[in-house]
Amino acid sequence: MSESLGTTGLVLNEPLLWERGKKGRCGFSMPAGDVPSSPLPAELTGDGPDFPDLSEIEVVRHYTRLSTWNFGVDTGLYPLGSCTMKYNPKINEKLAGLRGFAAAHPLLPSVLSQGALQLVFDLERFLAEITGLDAVTLQPAAGAQGELTGMLIIHAYHRLRGKQRTKILIPDTAHGTNPASAALCGYLPVPVPSGPDGILLPETVVGLMDSETAGIMITNPNTLGLFEANIREIARIVHDRGGLVYGDGANMNAVLGVVKPGAVGVDILHLNLHKTFSTPHGGGGPGAGPVAVRKDLVRFLPVPRVVERNGAYELSEGFPESVGRVMAFHGHFGVLLRAHAYILSMGPDGLKQVSRLAVLNANYIREKLKDVLHPAFDRPCMHECVFSDQNQQETGITTLEMAKRLIDYGYHPPTIYFPLVVHGAIMIEPTETETKEDLDGFIEAFRSVVREAGENPGVIREAPVRCKLRRVDETAAARNPCLTG
Amino acid sequence: MRYLPHTDGDIAAMLGTVGLKELDDLFAAVPGDCRFKGALQLPEAMSEWALEELVGRLAGRMAVSPEYSVFLGAGSYDHYIPATVSSLLGRSEFVTSYTPYQPEMLQGTLQGIYEYQTLAARLMGMEVATASHYDGATALAEALLMAVRITGRKKVALSRAIHPHYRQVVRTYFAPTGYELLELPYLETGLTDLDRIREIQDLAAVAVQSPNFFGCIENLPAAAQRAHSGGALLVSGFTEALAFGLLKSPGSQGADIVAGEGQSLGIPRSFGGPALGMLASRKRHMRSLPGRLVGKTKDRDGKRGFVLTLATREQHIRREKATSNICSNNSLCALAAAMYMASIGGTGIRELASLNHDKAEYLKNALRDAGCPIRFSGPTFNEFVVRFPGGFDAAYRHLLEKRIVAGLSLGGYYPELADHGLLCVTETCSREAMDRLVEEVTA
Repeated sequence: MSESLGTTGLVLNEPLLWERGKKGRCGFSMPAGDVPSSPLPAELTGDGPDFPDLSEIEVVRHYTRLSTWNFGVDTGLYPLGSCTMKYNPKINEKLAGLRGFAAAHPLLPSVLSQGALQLVFDLERFLAEITGLDAVTLQPAAGAQGELTGMLIIHAYHRLRGKQRTKILIPDTAHGTNPASAALCGYLPVPVPSGPDGILLPETVVGLMDSETAGIMITNPNTLGLFEANIREIARIVHDRGGLVYGDGANMNAVLGVVKPGAVGVDILHLNLHKTFSTPHGGGGPGAGPVAVRKDLVRFLPVPRVVERNGAYELSEGFPESVGRVMAFHGHFGVLLRAHAYILSMGPDGLKQVSRLAVLNANYIREKLKDVLHPAFDRPCMHECVFSDQNQQETGITTLEMAKRLIDYGYHPPTIYFPLVVHGAIMIEPTETETKEDLDGFIEAFRSVVREAGENPGVIREAPVRCKLRRVDETAAARNPCLTG
Repeated sequence: MRYLPHTDGDIAAMLGTVGLKELDDLFAAVPGDCRFKGALQLPEAMSEWALEELVGRLAGRMAVSPEYSVFLGAGSYDHYIPATVSSLLGRSEFVTSYTPYQPEMLQGTLQGIYEYQTLAARLMGMEVATASHYDGATALAEALLMAVRITGRKKVALSRAIHPHYRQVVRTYFAPTGYELLELPYLETGLTDLDRIREIQDLAAVAVQSPNFFGCIENLPAAAQRAHSGGALLVSGFTEALAFGLLKSPGSQGADIVAGEGQSLGIPRSFGGPALGMLASRKRHMRSLPGRLVGKTKDRDGKRGFVLTLATREQHIRREKATSNICSNNSLCALAAAMYMASIGGTGIRELASLNHDKAEYLKNALRDAGCPIRFSGPTFNEFVVRFPGGFDAAYRHLLEKRIVAGLSLGGYYPELADHGLLCVTETCSREAMDRLVEEVTA
């Protein structure tokens, strides 16, 4: 296995921006003035910000060196559970750079922005078809803002029915954004324990769903990588008691063309285009979190909405019950157009194959690691598999330490310590774009790390040793915060 | 399909490993009544070549320069983006990585964002800036919620001269909270009527924008004084970040929280997004900030390194008690802004901001001289409100035929400003283009 270990290569140091440069340099092509100078009153002007002055080559070297300290999907396998780090197609980047889109002002009159409006209109229809819901807003900027939009819709729905409710049901396996989004709308999140098989039981929901509860937020497949098989029954219970079912579509990559959430009782669902629909995550964003709703909730969607009239597209604000605007303009259009390109590249059969292969890859890893890592649940998974640290307890090696050692083998570690209901959780989502050979390499590396945990724990505690830096001190950073230089 | 690498042989071997016959057997855990049995009604898969043609056709149906002269600003600005920024930003090590949960293998993003936070804080004149938010409007909404948390008060006052879309987003965020939103009118100068602040008790925050929606430069020291004397915080917004190359920073004039839009700093307009929400505060409010923060630390060998920090404010730790629900932010846009600020430098940004101001003044004066009244008397940056003789909308329609987009009609946002338009000029606008606009308006 030693041949799988990364090498240290040539890692160049690079100072901070302001430790470089010299006053008077400039890396910007300054246009000559062609109008008279017209100074502002002196009391309004300052000295300008204290930025370093750098030449073009200094800026280029700086960021090129920084980029070599980063690991992306283009570098290697990135099996972060619930993040769906699939390949980001290059053609989509090229299309996003087309001048007609990249240079387009968001407030152009409709007649001069038909291309963008049509793209938005078409993508909304594609996503409605994929989710089995009736209409979609593309405005939300990220999954969490999609959740907030969904909660605002639930809030508006209950207000219109004449009685606001105070609580919302959220399974104990949910992403942290779910309770935080509910709280922004003033709802008290009520945790719902999952059953012994890792999925929600209708009888638990019956016991919690009352007339004060606005609805349920449910991730399906859930963050244990398991399909919530009782979803229809749970939706019936929630609907019967006047609530709404919110679907967190973060894990939609498992069920494209296999399950339409709208057909199994979900009323509102957000998608993460930067997960399921291949748009890059950019080291933390931008993403996009479109929200799909069933027919009777369409009136609450954010404005403006794109409408079609006689083959022409226009923006309409004529939805008086709308929750309002959630972004200054039309959301992350540059992200939307990448997702649009992805759907057209894959087609209906391709999208279904995406989910089949994503689930195949996850089960393959699960099968190949289950004798050395302890599966959280002894059953096949969907697009991601979750292990606990039970088998490593006696070695004293933690999940975090194994994750750090995986880095030395050249792999980004899985999501760790989430979901919270699994002790020392290791959550692996390989995605469909990884080859069998890369999965085999990852499996071999992980098995090697497990072996080292028993035989040579010292090497694990030292890891990583082949990155730009060794283990960084997160505690010191939080105790004595230094956020600017 | 080229994104799916599995051969039939791979699939057969892997199915064998997991003990299944068919791919569809993988979904045994999905009950039959949950399965979708039809085919998705979507267009059939397109080749890369056909896709490029289709999307190229759509992109061709957009009005952009040089075919059109676009005098539109209002929160989205046409500034030249150096080729270095686009090229460096396109490096896939930056583009295809995730949020840096494993700091040892993402030091590039982390140092880049730490540098962004530093330059952003210097630009805004504040002590601490966050790693990024979605856009200027959501940053403003989060800033006001932050002010409510800090002061424990439940009322905020927003200037009517803040971008109308920003005020709409704030209303959306505030609607379910029960917190009260009041509006401060603007004066004949185009500046916010700060005297109204005295009449309102128990404000958590006073929010203004400078330069404001009309391009007018607000009196921030006076706003800060009025806000502070009533125990409120001053939240200072902006849509044109380049203005601080020339104007005094909001932080140096008494703002407690600064929130605005950084699109001007090297980010394409891209039909409105993705852009860059910028948010900064005084150090004493650091732990109330929403969103991600990168901090400096050391590794085991004592070498300088960077890491996401103060996570105990965030949703993945605090869940419903978090300072915000934000998770994904606009990190890559923040990196673009850092690259832009590094490229232009302290000397350059002042020069470029002055040039922008000179150009806008040129058009403003030329229109005034040609008989188009400038609505507000106060000094402006890059944008101004003008009335066209014969009505703004008629002139706007006439100019569209000449391939000139003459700004934004204001009547829909401010009924009292019917017949007025908001025009914007940046460094990319030539004197010839401005002369042509004046000529056509007065023709």
